[in-house]
Amino acid sequence: MTLAVETTQATVQLRLGDEWFTVCGLGSLLPGRGVAALLPDGRQAAVFRDRAGRLYALDNRDPFTGAAVLSRGLTGTHRGRPFVASPLLKQRFDLISGQCLDDQTVRVTAYQVRVA
Amino acid sequence: MSTDTRADTPTIVLVGHGMVGQRFLEALAERGLTATHRVVVLGEESRPAYDRVQLTSYFSGRTPEELSLTDPRFLADHGIELHLGDPAETIDRERRTVTTRSGRVVGYDTLVLATGSVPFVPPVPGKDATGCFVYRTVDDLLAIEEYARTRAGTGAVVGGGLLGLEAAGALKGLGLRTHIVEFAPRLMPAQVDEGGGAALLRTVEGMGLAVHTGAGTQEILTGADGAVRGMRLSDGSEIATDMVVFSAGVRPRDQLARACGLQVGERGGIAVDARCRTVTDPRVFAIGECALAVDGRVYGLVAPGYEQAETAAAALAGDAAAAFTGADLSTKLKLLGVDVASFGDAHGTGEDCLEVVCSDSRAGLYKKLVVGRDGTLRGGILVGDAEAYGTLRALIGTVPPVAPESLVLPAGAGAPAQLGPAALPDDAVICSCHNVTKGTIRGAVTEHRCTSVPEVKKCTRAGTGCGSCVRALTQLVDAELAASGVEADTGLCGCFPQTRQELYEIVLALRLTSYQELLDRYGREEARGGDGCEVCKPAVASIIASLAPVIGASGYVLDDEQAALQDTNDHFLANLQKNGSYSVVPRIPGGEIAPEKLIVLGEIARDFGLYTKITGGQRIDMFGARVEQLPLIWARLVDAGFESGHAYGKSLRTVKSCVGSAWCRYGVQDSVRMAIDLELRYRGLRSPHKLKAAVSGCARECAEARSKDFGVIATASGWNLYAGGNGGATPRHADLLAQDLSDAELVRLIDRFLMFYLRTADRLERTSAWLERIPGGLDHVRDVVVHDSLGICDELESLMAAHVSHYRDEWAQTLKDPEKLARFVSFVNAPGTPDPVVGFVPERDQMKPDLPLLSIGLRRSEDDVLEGSAQR
Ligand code: SRM
Ligand SMILES: Cc1cc2nc3c(=O)[nH]c(=O)nc-3n(C[C@H](O)[C@H](O)[C@H](O)COP(=O)(O)OP(=O)(O)OC[C@H]3O[C@@H](n4cnc5c(N)ncnc54)[C@H](O)[C@@H]3O)c2cc1C
Ligand code: SF4
Ligand code: FES
Repeated sequence: MTLAVETTQATVQLRLGDEWFTVCGLGSLLPGRGVAALLPDGRQAAVFRDRAGRLYALDNRDPFTGAAVLSRGLTGTHRGRPFVASPLLKQRFDLISGQCLDDQTVRVTAYQVRVA
Repeated sequence: MSTDTRADTPTIVLVGHGMVGQRFLEALAERGLTATHRVVVLGEESRPAYDRVQLTSYFSGRTPEELSLTDPRFLADHGIELHLGDPAETIDRERRTVTTRSGRVVGYDTLVLATGSVPFVPPVPGKDATGCFVYRTVDDLLAIEEYARTRAGTGAVVGGGLLGLEAAGALKGLGLRTHIVEFAPRLMPAQVDEGGGAALLRTVEGMGLAVHTGAGTQEILTGADGAVRGMRLSDGSEIATDMVVFSAGVRPRDQLARACGLQVGERGGIAVDARCRTVTDPRVFAIGECALAVDGRVYGLVAPGYEQAETAAAALAGDAAAAFTGADLSTKLKLLGVDVASFGDAHGTGEDCLEVVCSDSRAGLYKKLVVGRDGTLRGGILVGDAEAYGTLRALIGTVPPVAPESLVLPAGAGAPAQLGPAALPDDAVICSCHNVTKGTIRGAVTEHRCTSVPEVKKCTRAGTGCGSCVRALTQLVDAELAASGVEADTGLCGCFPQTRQELYEIVLALRLTSYQELLDRYGREEARGGDGCEVCKPAVASIIASLAPVIGASGYVLDDEQAALQDTNDHFLANLQKNGSYSVVPRIPGGEIAPEKLIVLGEIARDFGLYTKITGGQRIDMFGARVEQLPLIWARLVDAGFESGHAYGKSLRTVKSCVGSAWCRYGVQDSVRMAIDLELRYRGLRSPHKLKAAVSGCARECAEARSKDFGVIATASGWNLYAGGNGGATPRHADLLAQDLSDAELVRLIDRFLMFYLRTADRLERTSAWLERIPGGLDHVRDVVVHDSLGICDELESLMAAHVSHYRDEWAQTLKDPEKLARFVSFVNAPGTPDPVVGFVPERDQMKPDLPLLSIGLRRSEDDVLEGSAQR
């Protein structure tokens, strides 16, 4: 009998409906920055990792401009909650709920995300 | 069937649970009437009252629950009985009962009608076809969304007024190609005049909406399946569309009242007196959009409706003074991202009016003030920039303390200081939705000890309606806080209590190379251990980068933690454009470029399909690169001897030159050589803001050096150095710092000047603003950098020497680093796939971003949020 050595790298997964969709290896996420992922239905998600290692995912489209750029924004903490600022016109979005902090009428999709 | 007989306590029955109805209930409760009366509410919609004004925000992700105006506890606490989904059908005024559709009969002592309006649908053939909608309720929006998603690619809105534009924005947001059909010759005919309409049209069309003005709808065309396929307009033209939204105005819902013999106006509306009692029956009131007020008007805005609700409640409470005699029709809204406001007598219909107009229809700007002969402000229209709305609206009826034209001139066109709300009297109404005066807001700060805008909002209700007064409110609260001695916080941001200058000193003195360490040791208590913010991250990154060689940090902005701090431009070493693509600007020192290199640029642009343009900084910009193309483009550029132009960085941009003594018959020095030397010396220097420079070969100044952060002008015996110039939004001519310098003296002074600026400026403060702000101004700076009054010049020079000797081209460095290159992809899980939202359409032999592509599939609806959402 041989023992298989566990070498698989930790992966980042998004919840899509009832499924978990693998996006990338944890190592691809730089703390404090995002990456964009293409979802099976053509939508895009922006996935972030904060300095404590927590993961977040929002729709990648900036609702104010339509450009798929939220993954390229700067992240931060506002009143204890994590956010990303759109790199285009700088509106901030709560990373947990997707709520825009600068316009309460705007919100983007937030996805559940986990390390597996 | 149930019969509800009158109880012993007097009963108030409210028909219609809309915005005004809910406000009426609150007013009853505030006056204690809910304790002495039984209150029954009959509502037609299945939802309790919600914020109809913000209806459209449903499409940007606000849930119907979030739109609700009704706290369930409120109803329970005050014993209010609410029956939803059961409209009142008949009123028997003799027996004083109301009968609902389900057969419920409710007796009343007082009846209040708040039935609102119905959308007006013009009687055109086909108006009831599948695919025709109105835009009034949450249910309407749900139906529109469903249809747009499943059956439509194109939509048309009938009506180019306020609501029509809002509906059109919603359709566009749902990804439809959108038409607007307006009968009048301009958009928003009720609010803006011709000039404002032209500015608005330009902007709306610029967003990709097709506008048909001066055209009536003649027929809705249907296909074999009975569904909408297009419409025919009065000018004979046809447009193809899959759905039609009617938004051609509203009519008061007065049928119930008509049927029971209450007097209604000629054009509808239940006639009421100044206390909102119907003129026919003292036991019946009408408020909100269904009411015809004593001034003969039906108000289609929520603020007057709220006033009527208060008036009716006050009248019921026996307050003899309560009266509603008319209201202001001011509105401000942000339609499709354009600010539009009209206030007071916007069309100048009063006697003896003068108009002050400032318009720039190319920029989509239009501002008009209507002023009486005696100088009183009567009203106005603002399109494109409604910043002054809050203040101007509150000034109506008064003579403004400054000339009216200065209130509408664009900033920079010689306009004197903007008139802020400080100039208003205490009784000026700041928030017209809730009728809150400046005095009340000041009182919230001084007496109720509110210390922030949210607190003041909660305390006074100001700013919680349409939101248009929030700007003025914020200015007032800030001024009041400052006046009451609450110390102004000069910290960089919510994370750091220090100024940029203080942080610079900390980093330098302690040789700190980590942002996290700086935050955890010197940040505000509540920010320590957190993730910082978008303000301090790039600011600290810039400080660390400019001090890198002396504090022992890596000077490479993509290294380790540094990478996470950079703005997207610095992170991708390129400039982000509106559609998510990037532009590429190689350095062309002094603007001098050999033909071979020009050819290389041309070839690269051709091979990658980039749009090229000569910039205002004497170099060539190539636009439209996808993120994954950047390394490929730069590999070729670096190969041909180009390096980063730092067009993306807060750092040295260009040193412009004129042709100078080598060719020009007037030139007295070699300005091109000096410009190149300076550009190569300071390239890559990260600074509080961008730095621009220029060198002119003689006093004719063809390089426009005096509009630069540092400008050099040749003299017969050397160079004059100017500092603190600026083009841009607030132009400033640079001041002479020193005269007749040799080459070496010139460079030494610039070294000192720049390093002193880097050390003492605020974040995003150009040298012009810095020079005007720092105590002592130009004289102080001259003392420091020319006469070394602080004894720091050796240090400043050695800091610059370290920068110069450590400079590396960021792009060359990046191309050698596979780990960094791996970040240049559109998708982490599909590195070869380009971002599908980035597309281009042809324009004048080249191309430009495909903007309609950006709106396709851009939905922010509730369904999206529900799916896998983290918070549920
Ligand atoms: C490309 C260019 C326009 C052009 O096609 O000519 C340009 C494009 C931008 N300018 Fe500019 N400016 C360009 C020359 C200028 C000039 C003219 C000059 O440099 O001689 C000025 C006035 C001079 C000055 O700065 O004093 C100028 C004053 C501004 C300003 C206002 C600065 C100010 O202090 O008021 C901004 C906004 C800012 O920096 O906050 C700005 C910002 C921008 C930004 C960065 C806006 C943005 O964030 O997207 C644009 C970047 C586009 C890109 O991706 O490349 N740009 N901009 C020019 C690039 C020059 C270059 O080769 O690097
Ligand atoms: C998309 C949109 C945007 C708007 N934007 C603005 C804005 O920016 N600023 C502004 O001031 N105003 C705006 N308005 C107008 C504003 O919403 C109305 O002025 C306000 O809602 C009027 O309140 P109301 O209570 O009179 O009528 P409604 O809010 O319409 O309430 C009337 C209620 O009565 C119910 N009802 C009718 N008949 C019966 C019956 N027989 N029995 C029982 N119930 C009945 C209706 O179903 C409805 O729920 C906007 C309106 C819309 C649709
Ligand atoms: S002036 Fe400059 S910042 Fe403004 S649009 Fe033109 S390039 Fe962009
Ligand atoms: S004016 Fe509408 S919220 Fe203040």
